[in-house]
Amino acid sequence: MASGAGLMLAQEKLRSPLGRAIGLGSAKEGVEHWWRQRLTAVALVPLALWFASSVLAHLGSDHAQFVAWLRAPVPAILMILLLGASFYHAALGCQVVIEDYVQSEAAKLAALIAMRFACVLLAVAGIFAVLRIALGA
Amino acid sequence: MPQADRPLSPHIQIYKPQLTSVLSISHRATGLALSLGTLLLVWWLLAGAIGPAAYAQAQAFLGSWFGILLLIGWTYSLFFHLCNGIRHLAWDTGRGLDLASTYATGWAVVAASAVLTAIAIAAGFMEWGHS
Repeated sequence: MASGAGLMLAQEKLRSPLGRAIGLGSAKEGVEHWWRQRLTAVALVPLALWFASSVLAHLGSDHAQFVAWLRAPVPAILMILLLGASFYHAALGCQVVIEDYVQSEAAKLAALIAMRFACVLLAVAGIFAVLRIALGA
Repeated sequence: MPQADRPLSPHIQIYKPQLTSVLSISHRATGLALSLGTLLLVWWLLAGAIGPAAYAQAQAFLGSWFGILLLIGWTYSLFFHLCNGIRHLAWDTGRGLDLASTYATGWAVVAASAVLTAIAIAAGFMEWGHS
């Protein structure tokens, strides 16, 4: 419940101007999480299908073939996009799981931070790997 | 608030499992499984970036029985989460929220993910055999 007095305007939501400015509700965050989850989901539909078919096609590849594949611009770009979208989507998803099941406020905060950091770490590592292959000698 | 040591009514133990609830928790479970699986993906990419020896090591693990088991599980998780995710996106537009559609699309998701996984496994083994 936002603090601050304000006129209850008939056409607006039942929020005070201060509440609207801060953007906080009882849920602590708004629809941004929901929307970004959907956005990354939509991006991941084609990306995941591309990924699945590409990996299957390269299951038997040796190192030289693997490098040749990821060196090309389109696979490299798509793989980077896949890593970014996947880890963002995963972070949002794991966030709601942690919020649901971890009851202690301290443990929940620790878990959320650790999970986010892990997602960033893995995403950066993955993107680094792709760039090294794509841009390397 | 920590859980108090008080008696609770049984819920999960007695509520009859239904397609709706089973698919819902499966969507969450496959999401978690996929998140864990990203570790394998990043390892594979890093191994490829490091060099032929590291890459061969990663391929050897992925080609082992345990590795293949993980990959099949991950593949099924991917396709289930993908198909059910599309079902969720359709719900977000307001479509198919009635019970009949929910059950119909639910069974479609189960079938589609099984078929896609089967195709992937078949294609994978064929490709692997050609190496």
